[in-house]
Amino acid sequence: MREWESIEKLAAGVRSGQLKAADLVEKSLRLIEQHQEFRSIIATVSDRSHRRARKIDEMVSRGEDPGVLAGVPFIAKDNFLVFGADTTAASNILKGFDAPFQSTAIEKLEEAGAICVAKANLDAFAHGSSTENSDFYATKNPYDASKVPGGSSGGSAASVALQLAPFSLGTDTGGSIRLPASFCGVVGLKPTYGLVSRSGVVAMASSTDVIGPLANSVEDAALVLDVMAGQDVLDSTTINRQESYQVKKGSDLSGKKIGVVKEYFGEGLDPNVGEAVNSSIEKLKEAGAEIVEVSLPSLALSLSVYYIVCSAEISSNLARYDGQRFGYFDKIAKNLDESYENSRAQGFGAEAKRRIMIGTYVLSSGYYEAYYKKAQTVRTKLINEFEDALKRVDFLVGPTAPITAFELGSKTTDPLAMYMVDMMTVGVNLVGVPAISLPCGRVDNMPVGLQIIGGQRQDVELLELSKTVQELLK
Amino acid sequence: MKLTREEVLKLARLCRLKLDDDEVERYRQELTGILNYVEQLDAVDTNGVKPTYQVTGLTSQDENATRTDETSQQVTQPELLKNVPNTEGGHIKVKRMIG
Repeated sequence: MREWESIEKLAAGVRSGQLKAADLVEKSLRLIEQHQEFRSIIATVSDRSHRRARKIDEMVSRGEDPGVLAGVPFIAKDNFLVFGADTTAASNILKGFDAPFQSTAIEKLEEAGAICVAKANLDAFAHGSSTENSDFYATKNPYDASKVPGGSSGGSAASVALQLAPFSLGTDTGGSIRLPASFCGVVGLKPTYGLVSRSGVVAMASSTDVIGPLANSVEDAALVLDVMAGQDVLDSTTINRQESYQVKKGSDLSGKKIGVVKEYFGEGLDPNVGEAVNSSIEKLKEAGAEIVEVSLPSLALSLSVYYIVCSAEISSNLARYDGQRFGYFDKIAKNLDESYENSRAQGFGAEAKRRIMIGTYVLSSGYYEAYYKKAQTVRTKLINEFEDALKRVDFLVGPTAPITAFELGSKTTDPLAMYMVDMMTVGVNLVGVPAISLPCGRVDNMPVGLQIIGGQRQDVELLELSKTVQELLK
Repeated sequence: MKLTREEVLKLARLCRLKLDDDEVERYRQELTGILNYVEQLDAVDTNGVKPTYQVTGLTSQDENATRTDETSQQVTQPELLKNVPNTEGGHIKVKRMIG
């Protein structure tokens, strides 16, 4: 049963006075309350969201325009700094952290009238593919509570699948929006690197981190991106934006060249997932697209490149959690060293420590050339292969994940097995191009995701094609 | 390759993480596994290829790379200090660093 109309309709309803923002917020908070068993939420932003809803309804009664997302409730992954609730990044080391400012993305959404009602669960510091690394609790897959929702934006994806709000926000460093979107049967968009400001979002790997929306339709995701995108003086890695990212009409498939990535259909892919994805690709062909096989040989190396580069950047970004200026601190430390070492040891979870140590190793004197520099060089090869492929075809496709959602606890004893779940998503992050995961069927009732990848800064084109594909797959 | 106990302790020291003996051994095994996997990059021919650190081609010459050196107050001092564990007179108080 559909809980929410399209975001466009909801906002239009609020702006016309037919819908009250206060009612939408109430509804969202009620739905959150009703679905607590899935544990997708860390905290609600009750007081502030009620206040903002009242303000918006008052603006409307005065004849003012609250914006293109007027009154629309949303849920933000708990690595976004927002007012009205703690920002914890699902880590004990940030428990109780009260943001002194909000992320630019949140500010933009609020300026457009949207209302953040809750913070979603994630793998702590976004380190993970299942949300089991949250220091608080694991989130359950709405399709099967014994299974994971994927990660690290598992809470965000589950919340949208449960329709707790019309959209949520996630971050994608190695697949963390697309993978949980795939496991939970929702739309997850990873825009081009730099399109949305990361100011006020807890940093993980600065050369790949990206912010994006999760929603139940391409049009909804596109509208949210349209509000968030754009250069920000507070984030010098942001790029210029296109005029509009909204999607009204999908693009025509006839004449489009779609590249099926050979390396995504090899070892490790569940044959049932492969079948679901291939039938979707067949539908694209029937609609007039030319299907071409492309090969990106360096994809086989992408996980290695990712876990070197990403860990290195994590070790740098997590150095700030030292117990001195914010976050958890050891009260009985006798000197500065003890304060650093104990605060970090007690505050961080195991996965954070693993990645910090790998990162430290690959950046340390004597190893930097062989590991970090080498990885960034192989990265160039991958970038070149993507660029060449995208000269020959308009888009690339494949499964978002090699499998559907797995059982809670089934991959937690082997870090490498967990990393393998990202094998189809990390390449995209290393290259910086946009990609989307669209629901494309089920295997034993569990959702399967189709991943479509576009060229760098081709977010509009990707969204327009995705709208067409979404209609075809209905 | 196999990480030794000493190497793990050295790593922990470098990134300021206190580990107990059980953890040292556990991470020794896990990190060894991960590092062995990523070593597949050793065999890759990267002759003539330059590393990429920035994927959108931004440079220090870009308009958004710098801004004019003007001060502005976006957040107040009390707001910025509200999460600090120990403050004194508006300063962040830490343990002795020198001497």
